[in-house]
Amino acid sequence: MKWDEFFVTGEPMIYAAMVSIVVVSLAILIGLTYFKKWGYLWREWLTTVDHKRIGVMYILAALIMLFRGGIDALLMRTQLAAPEMKFLDAQHYNEIFTTHGVIMILFMAMPFVIGLMNVVVPLQIGARDVAFPRLNAVSFWMFFFGAMLFNISFVIGGSPDAGWTAYFPLASLEFSPTVGNNFYSLALQISGIGTLMTGVNFIVTILKMRAPGMKLMRMPMFTWSVLITNVIILFAFPVLTVALALMMFDRIFGSQFFTMANGGMDMLWANLFWVWGHPEVYIVILPAFGIFSDIISTFSKKNLYGYKSMVASMVVISLLSFIVWAHHFYTMGAGVMVNGFFSITTMAIAVPTGVKIFNWLFTLQKGKISFTTPMLYAMAFIPIFTIGGVTGVMLAMASADYQYHNTMFLVAHFHYVLIPGTVFGVLAGMYFWFPKIFGFRLNEKLGKTAFWLIVVGFNTAFLPLFFLGLSGMTRRMYTYSADTGFGPLNMVATIGAFILAIGFVVLCYNFYWSFRYSPRDENGDPWDARTLEWSTPSPVPVYNFAKVPNVKSMDALWEAKVNGVPLYEEGPYEPIHMPNNSGQPFILGVIMFFLGFFLVFSWFIPAIIAGIGVVVMLALRSFERDHGYHISPEEIAATEQKLRGDSV
Amino acid sequence: MKINDSLPLEYRTEENSNKIFGFWLFLGAEIALFSTLFAVYLTLWNRTGSGPTGKELFELNGVIWETFLLLTSSFTCGLGIHAMRLNLKKPMIVFFVITLLMGLGFLGIEITEFVNYVHEGATLQTSAFLSSLFVLLGTHGLHVTMGILWGAGILIQVGRQGFTDETANKSFIFSLYWHFLDVVWIFIFSFVYMKGLM
Repeated sequence: MKWDEFFVTGEPMIYAAMVSIVVVSLAILIGLTYFKKWGYLWREWLTTVDHKRIGVMYILAALIMLFRGGIDALLMRTQLAAPEMKFLDAQHYNEIFTTHGVIMILFMAMPFVIGLMNVVVPLQIGARDVAFPRLNAVSFWMFFFGAMLFNISFVIGGSPDAGWTAYFPLASLEFSPTVGNNFYSLALQISGIGTLMTGVNFIVTILKMRAPGMKLMRMPMFTWSVLITNVIILFAFPVLTVALALMMFDRIFGSQFFTMANGGMDMLWANLFWVWGHPEVYIVILPAFGIFSDIISTFSKKNLYGYKSMVASMVVISLLSFIVWAHHFYTMGAGVMVNGFFSITTMAIAVPTGVKIFNWLFTLQKGKISFTTPMLYAMAFIPIFTIGGVTGVMLAMASADYQYHNTMFLVAHFHYVLIPGTVFGVLAGMYFWFPKIFGFRLNEKLGKTAFWLIVVGFNTAFLPLFFLGLSGMTRRMYTYSADTGFGPLNMVATIGAFILAIGFVVLCYNFYWSFRYSPRDENGDPWDARTLEWSTPSPVPVYNFAKVPNVKSMDALWEAKVNGVPLYEEGPYEPIHMPNNSGQPFILGVIMFFLGFFLVFSWFIPAIIAGIGVVVMLALRSFERDHGYHISPEEIAATEQKLRGDSV
Repeated sequence: MKINDSLPLEYRTEENSNKIFGFWLFLGAEIALFSTLFAVYLTLWNRTGSGPTGKELFELNGVIWETFLLLTSSFTCGLGIHAMRLNLKKPMIVFFVITLLMGLGFLGIEITEFVNYVHEGATLQTSAFLSSLFVLLGTHGLHVTMGILWGAGILIQVGRQGFTDETANKSFIFSLYWHFLDVVWIFIFSFVYMKGLM
């Protein structure tokens, strides 16, 4: 292999990206050395097993990926702004829409959601950490190095270019001969294993580690949504594992699963992909529903309307999510019975979702509503998401779908569910829980400015796509002629995309401003909220709860505040058992990264060595004796004194 | 740390009982994984292209031996856990060693079988049927391999430390894994070999 095959060449924008990657990496290395932060970084972050820090790292990584995916989006919108643009060529455009999709779903939405789960769930159920803190760190580093492996593809070897769905035969070695789709199969595999481990970890955490009295039907709605989400993860991700493994065998070892000859079946990929892919949609949307439920209840000063029906509707959605996958390819000729079945199951999902929409509206009814930034996102979510949902029912009608299939109408639909649903959800959650972790709120004025830019920009960018789709503009086409008449609406959409981007810049500026100037939070409950996490001081100490809370009702903190039901029993502190930090998860992640990288280029000898490295790491863990450490009552008392300014 | 003495050793601490529950969940994910592989196999099993069919390829002799070894190893694994519950260290180790040796025997036969297939011109690249066959059997075989390494590691720990909360917990979880591999094999025996030979 020659150097010019190894590195991507010939594109000025990619050369610029390479230079900027080198410059930024050097700046980070020099900065860490100059400020003597290597030890701090290693001890406090890279080796941490604390669920809050892992959550923060997830969210940080997700934000970085949001910007990578967002720049991809801006490049695409620029290319489509006017007819016959020469900004990107067809190949580059293919690569960009592929990486945009993969990054936004798997390396932005998923980790953002998982990051919030990590930060919030143990606090909401009164636990001191997740069930398996070390495994949690492994999950994070698998995700992180999977994401890194995927991201280097655009300077080394070439990005995947067969769409985020990577349909065969297009994604086969025959039609996509570069290593791009090898990156796809291996990077997603590595981060997918991490996600599966998260699934196991959180189900055990929620089912087994709740504080006394925190019955299932007293859990905050976000925790409920996370429980259901992780059950979906547990059963959906193994399907992705298999699909990606088969893809890898086809592309790297010459097997015949999805080929055009020797009995291979290309449609098998589409089925496997969507058997995972559709539940995946609910994996990223259900936690957002949970976040909105908690936020709407908090800022309406009411308990959630229809708690039981909220839980039941999520359970129904999770079951239905596994039997709707074929609606992604009605046009592939499966026949009337199959299309009819999937059409009905798909439409049925509108029912439990509608129940949730009405429950949110009834929670708002006669509430004392305060329009904070998180609440604004929740308010915008309800109507915009409904547009996304209703167009989803339009797409669910198999015969009508022949008209919409793979048009911009579809693109508009799924952005109308994923952005107001997932993105607004995680942003609202981030604003809402930010003070719990950092001890101060993000600035409200900047937050609201960013909110309005994002909402207006989003609708300007995506509403025109519905009409473009109905007038025949297909997705993934890199240019169009002026005769089509697609020009003006595309220009509007591009302007919207840039407004959206400005919104995100303001959001980032808000971090900077608030870190410097925002007043520090005194009592740990800045929003006058309802659930357990707000009964801890902010920032939350490493052990979360100095004493295990005693839960006697739903919204336990609210009961404590309004009716004076005590959350914590009187009496001395007891020693708290905590897990030790470990560098093993990080090292395992690095080894997995190299294992994936060597396999991408079919360098089998180094790959085998890396594989042995993985087995060695597992063995080291098995033989390790690590019983953690104890925090003494005196130390707890001192910490609580410092954070609360009194003794509890 | 909460310790409940009325439970078997491997369940006593909260952490260990969480580990067992977590492993059951993991086995749930493994069931989803193997179900997908079976679905792939059953979709592709008669798409043999220009390669051989299952009927032409499979030989019952080796398969019967594989089945015998793996099923018996599951039994001896269960005896090992029973010995552990009775706090009998030596019998437990002996039963586990027998279990792992039978696992090795199973692997040996499977590898020989694979080598024979390849010599007959039936490789991973030949047809969709063979790709799915090799990947289904290979995934199970890889699980057995990892199980043998893992079990050997646990045996060393039991040998050195005797039965503690931790070693008992690990041995018990290993036994769950080993029984699971046995169950998967029963499905392979039925839906791959029996179906193929009929």
